[in-house]
Amino acid sequence: MAKSLGPIKRKFSPWTDPAAVPFIRFENITKRFGTFTAVDNLTLDIYEREFFSLLGPSGCGKTTLMRMLAGFDEPTEGRILLQGKDISGVPPYRRPTNMMFQSYALFPHMTVEKNIAFGLEQDKLSKGEISARVEEMLKLVKLETFAKRKPNQLSGGQRQRVALARSLAKRPKVLLLDEPLGALDKKLREETQFELMDIQTNLGLTFLIVTHDQEEAMTVSDRIAVMDKGVIMQVATPAEIYEAPNSRYVADFIGDINIIEGTIASTQSALGAPGEVLIESDGIRLAAEQECPAVSGDKVAFAVRPEKVRISPDQPADTSVNAVHGEVWDIGYLGDFSVFIVKLDDGRVMRAAQANVSRLVDRPITFGDMVWLTWPRDAGLVLTR
Amino acid sequence: MAAVDEQVAPNSRSTSRWLVVFLPYLWLLLFFVAPFFIILKISFSDTAIALPPYVPVFEGIGAIGDFLSQLDFENYVFLTDDPLYVQAYLSSLRIAAFSTLFLLLIGYPMALAMARAPTSIRPTLVMMVILPFWTSFLIRVYAWIGILKPDGLLTLLLHAVGLMGPEDQVQIFRTDTAVFIGMVYSYLPFMVLPLYAALEKMDNTLLEAANDLGCPPWKAFWKITFPLSLPGVIAGSMICFIPITGEFVIPDLLGGADTLMIGKTLWTEFFGNRDWPLASAVAVILLVLLVVPIMIFQNQQKKVA
Repeated sequence: MAKSLGPIKRKFSPWTDPAAVPFIRFENITKRFGTFTAVDNLTLDIYEREFFSLLGPSGCGKTTLMRMLAGFDEPTEGRILLQGKDISGVPPYRRPTNMMFQSYALFPHMTVEKNIAFGLEQDKLSKGEISARVEEMLKLVKLETFAKRKPNQLSGGQRQRVALARSLAKRPKVLLLDEPLGALDKKLREETQFELMDIQTNLGLTFLIVTHDQEEAMTVSDRIAVMDKGVIMQVATPAEIYEAPNSRYVADFIGDINIIEGTIASTQSALGAPGEVLIESDGIRLAAEQECPAVSGDKVAFAVRPEKVRISPDQPADTSVNAVHGEVWDIGYLGDFSVFIVKLDDGRVMRAAQANVSRLVDRPITFGDMVWLTWPRDAGLVLTR
Repeated sequence: MAAVDEQVAPNSRSTSRWLVVFLPYLWLLLFFVAPFFIILKISFSDTAIALPPYVPVFEGIGAIGDFLSQLDFENYVFLTDDPLYVQAYLSSLRIAAFSTLFLLLIGYPMALAMARAPTSIRPTLVMMVILPFWTSFLIRVYAWIGILKPDGLLTLLLHAVGLMGPEDQVQIFRTDTAVFIGMVYSYLPFMVLPLYAALEKMDNTLLEAANDLGCPPWKAFWKITFPLSLPGVIAGSMICFIPITGEFVIPDLLGGADTLMIGKTLWTEFFGNRDWPLASAVAVILLVLLVVPIMIFQNQQKKVA
């Protein structure tokens, strides 16, 4: 069985409280390197004790944003407020932030112990205090027996823990994690993700993590900011990002999704009942229960996640909306899920995922079968951006 | 067929590997170890007005007993008796130590600046450090005579900018100062290149990490950069210190009559006094003295590896 679980996660959503004061505020931040704009007029609030992720492909500006908070880069325009105070011009060694580097950046000539003590020594703490804190940190990352080793005598996972311990030792107000788990294998990464969350909850710190791994961001974060080309596309909780992406970009970046381009045929909104949008796409009629700012005739995208699409060899009773017919082109067997790639009669391709709930080795639906794909009205989503 | 191949391949590979290792050692044996033993032997001999100018000369296997009985430590005893030699050794070590220190003080900032320079111009900077090698070492030392002599270029320059009266002349040529200038100038590339090699491969994020943990840049230099460049510091220092100790050309051309260095003493004994046995003893002692720093160097290299 799994190791002991951490404390129960309480509901935490200061961003919904209009009276809450942000802990960190990026205010109209622009950062240019020569003619290249890495971050473009970006505004973002992060709250105390939040586990916040900056998610995006490489080159989207997420690392630049973090480095500006750490003080390694200064914004070209705009300002960064930490607890309401402008920290522009404050050098990195005077900022109450600590960073865990992607490469870990452990000092190769110092032992694990010395590495962890480094930051504390800069604060002129007493010897006793330092050794007590180092011990506490070693215990936290379960490396007590490795105190006297040099970094090159440790495995990748152990080095990662030393880097974490070193960045936590000073009890920073904000811990910055730059792709912290990138170098670990999948199993260890998942374990460490949960440990990170426990540590964050126990110490009550604010974590800002930069990652390109959407699964990692989904697992650990309270909120995620999805970035692209220096701007934030959406800031929301993992569930909102997944279930209600605000654009084609976010929908496509997070998880797997079917996107069908079409035109709005009609919209209705009735008081007390959810609104409904009807979309026409080359003979396929799609319906989504949603309030939508777009009007009839607008070009929009209809998006539905594969796991919400039902696949069946039998024709459904109602084929007027949210029902398409096609041939099974390919099947991806993932163990827990099977993904069916279906070529529709008009040549378009859709994916449907089915949980493998029974231990059948031969699936009832196989290559070349003619199937119907259907989904309920609350499964799809209309994307206007 | 396949089985035969598998057997042959490792054998031929190990033979060629053995050859690759053996050839340089054969070279060293022929051109370093053998001459050294000849010098060692001569150092135990006595001077003679003859050709070669020492006895006994090794004459066949049969004479071994007779040969060995004529060898003695007389030359080594003489070296300790005459304070000139001890002073020459000490003075050489002193000049080498100070030269190495100056080289470090000048070479380290240079190497650091090179390592921190934009990647695109680094090859050019390295090229510029190596550039002096394109001219003969001897010619470059002679050039310094032209600069440092009383009516030389330095005097002219100082006159021109008015820092020195027209009657005065720089009195550097034929002093220890001139020797130091020559040493530092000649050996600078040997100091800069190992330092640069050590500094260049350093990960810049280590300094960012130190900064991030509350360590200002100047302090991070002493806590991170310098300790990590120590292998380069030691390599550069050894590569300079060892040959400077035995240096002959620079003290001979730039130094004064009172500049005492063992290389000069060796030359005088060998060519001036034609006392080959004593000169050999001087050379053997010098080698022994320098084995110590070489061993420190080796030890350090092992630690790094």
